[in-house]
Amino acid sequence: MYGTYLRRELAGRKKQTLIVAIGLAIAIALVIVVNALTAGVRDAQAQALESVYGVGTDLTVTDAATEPGQGERPRFDFDADAGETDGETTTLDQSMLRTDFLRGTLDSSVLDTVAATDGVAAASGALSLTDSTFSGELPSGGFGQQDDQQDGQQGAAPEQGQAPPDGGQGGGSFGVDSFSVLGIDPAATAIGPLASAEVTDGRGFDAGDAEALVALVDSTYATTNEIAVGDTIDVAGSDVEVVGILGSTSDSADTAANVYLPLRTAQSLAGVEDVISTVYVQADSAASIDAVQSALSDALPDATVTSQAELASTVSGSLSRATALITNLGTWLSIIVLAVAVLLSVLLTMSGVGRRTREFGTLKAIGWSNGRVVRQVAGESLVQGLIGGAAGLVLGVLGIVLVNVLKPTVAATGANQGAGPGGMGGGPTGAGGGMFSTTPAADIVLQAPFTPWVLVAAVGLAVLGGLVAGAFGGWRAARLSPSEALRSVA
Amino acid sequence: MTITDLAPAAQRDDADQPLYRAAGVTRTYTHKGRIVKALTGVDLEIMPGEFVTIQGPTGGGKSTLLQLLGALDTPSTGSLLLDGRELASASAKELGRIRAEEIGFVFQGFNLIPTLTATENVDMALEPLRLDRAERRTRVAEALVHVGLDDRGDHLPSELSGGQQQRVAIARAIVKRPRVLLADEPTGNLDESMRDEILTLLESLCAEGITIIVVTHDSAVARRATRRLRLTKGVVQDITA
Repeated sequence: MYGTYLRRELAGRKKQTLIVAIGLAIAIALVIVVNALTAGVRDAQAQALESVYGVGTDLTVTDAATEPGQGERPRFDFDADAGETDGETTTLDQSMLRTDFLRGTLDSSVLDTVAATDGVAAASGALSLTDSTFSGELPSGGFGQQDDQQDGQQGAAPEQGQAPPDGGQGGGSFGVDSFSVLGIDPAATAIGPLASAEVTDGRGFDAGDAEALVALVDSTYATTNEIAVGDTIDVAGSDVEVVGILGSTSDSADTAANVYLPLRTAQSLAGVEDVISTVYVQADSAASIDAVQSALSDALPDATVTSQAELASTVSGSLSRATALITNLGTWLSIIVLAVAVLLSVLLTMSGVGRRTREFGTLKAIGWSNGRVVRQVAGESLVQGLIGGAAGLVLGVLGIVLVNVLKPTVAATGANQGAGPGGMGGGPTGAGGGMFSTTPAADIVLQAPFTPWVLVAAVGLAVLGGLVAGAFGGWRAARLSPSEALRSVA
Repeated sequence: MTITDLAPAAQRDDADQPLYRAAGVTRTYTHKGRIVKALTGVDLEIMPGEFVTIQGPTGGGKSTLLQLLGALDTPSTGSLLLDGRELASASAKELGRIRAEEIGFVFQGFNLIPTLTATENVDMALEPLRLDRAERRTRVAEALVHVGLDDRGDHLPSELSGGQQQRVAIARAIVKRPRVLLADEPTGNLDESMRDEILTLLESLCAEGITIIVVTHDSAVARRATRRLRLTKGVVQDITA
């Protein structure tokens, strides 16, 4: 009789059952999708970090960022007789390889200090550079006199961030291209950016490449610029042989730079001393990361030691916006919708009990106990919750499948990796950059993974919602005095 | 076989003892801040197997008295015995057990569950008795036969006439083989021919040993009773003669 009565009542009150079930279904689906997307953005952040900082990097050591207004901006200077003049046109072509002017460099000896610190399992250093090329045609006479120059002085190419001046009489055209370069120690590629890359063509660096003019090229950059193994590329005016093509181990991200050179080669072409930009540090255990960070900060007071969690906060772009949106708005939205759905379920159940005053009064009059009546009401609510949970589960799974089919892409920008004069076409895929700035970015495909415990928990929430509604409804039904119930409808 | 063949109470030797004995029963309750005295000092004895009607003006306390007799409510003061057991001081659980096992109710509005068939509505009354499935099926079938609706068991209340619905309600009341059947205006929503059907049925049940107590406005119903009471302003008078 319990099941029969329950089935008939729910079928007889289809509208109420539907409203409660839909409310719970939407709430449960939202909980499932938000949780899946939260896991997805966390994975995406990890991928973004890996593509920039490599697998296994627990900490990074960098020099402090330069103060605003400090740091020499890169600029192109041309002598009066620079370029090749042909009639009224002068063709100019200059390239330079520069470190990040927004952040200083570290002496290579820092690497020894880091490696000697307790708790450090491995460390490697890399030098971030940007190769910028100015090329174009100008009327003979170059940039012409500018306001702040005396007569006879030749003009300079615009500094980073400045608009180019007028081309003088007769007009001209020029462009500034850039690409990112990372100097890597060929003997220490197990940690750092190359740890999340694999050779897809040609070969990687070996010990004999320490000062050679050889390069590895990111596969996306190589495809875009039609570079193959065996080709030579111009780096800071020198011909460098491409010995290998690198791809990211993640399908959805690029490697950390466009071009990789042996560290000493990079230092030599950039005209810098024995310096590096970043030390990548691997701790010997997850538990020791904090202690290692503290020890490194003490040993290197002038440097910035950053953990993975802190690095995660430097990942900007649409990924960070998506993360904020999902974890903040998404979480609160799912909590609010779930609360509203449960409240709706409670109110409708209590209202239903009120409408069935005569029915429950009659049942008590013919001998039904309070407990029996309450069990009936609770059972009806529980089934409504289960229906809502099942529908929510289906909706939530469909939502996850939809996200995974659509494969939305979010851009993740790392903080100040290889920033410098740049331009159109430079930088890793998707960066684009402004005319004179480039920060490496990765396009990460946002996925929503299935997490079994979330699915189970979500259905559990629906059941709980049904039980809460049943408890309130049952309480109201239990309070009904049969004589008052029958009197009220007499 | 009659519905009361196996009823333990019908086989008792104390049939000359009152089934109900009320002494000084009052019932007051508060309504919108005012105290309402529904019954003021009711003294009453009802013997087993009687067909009793309770008449009186609206608001006279008839339904209140019926609810006290039906163990749906307890007196504010006084003593009310059912077969020697004091209802006034019985616990809610005990009152529930008495309602489940010994008292059948019939209401003016039938009060059937609209989503259940006639058979299922009758079966609802056996739910508290925890009988096995076979016993329940047998009793339900007997009850429907007794009221002449054995061919309408799978009909919903909406598919039955008013008279048929009331007969289902009576079947629900008698399926538990009660000692007493209480009816509050059982013919109030029925036309004349259906009224006679119901009254004939009640008389037959009374003849089989069930005590019938009916609250009614209808003199035609009251004339069928073996004993007539009148309740005016909370006080009972026997007007049988």
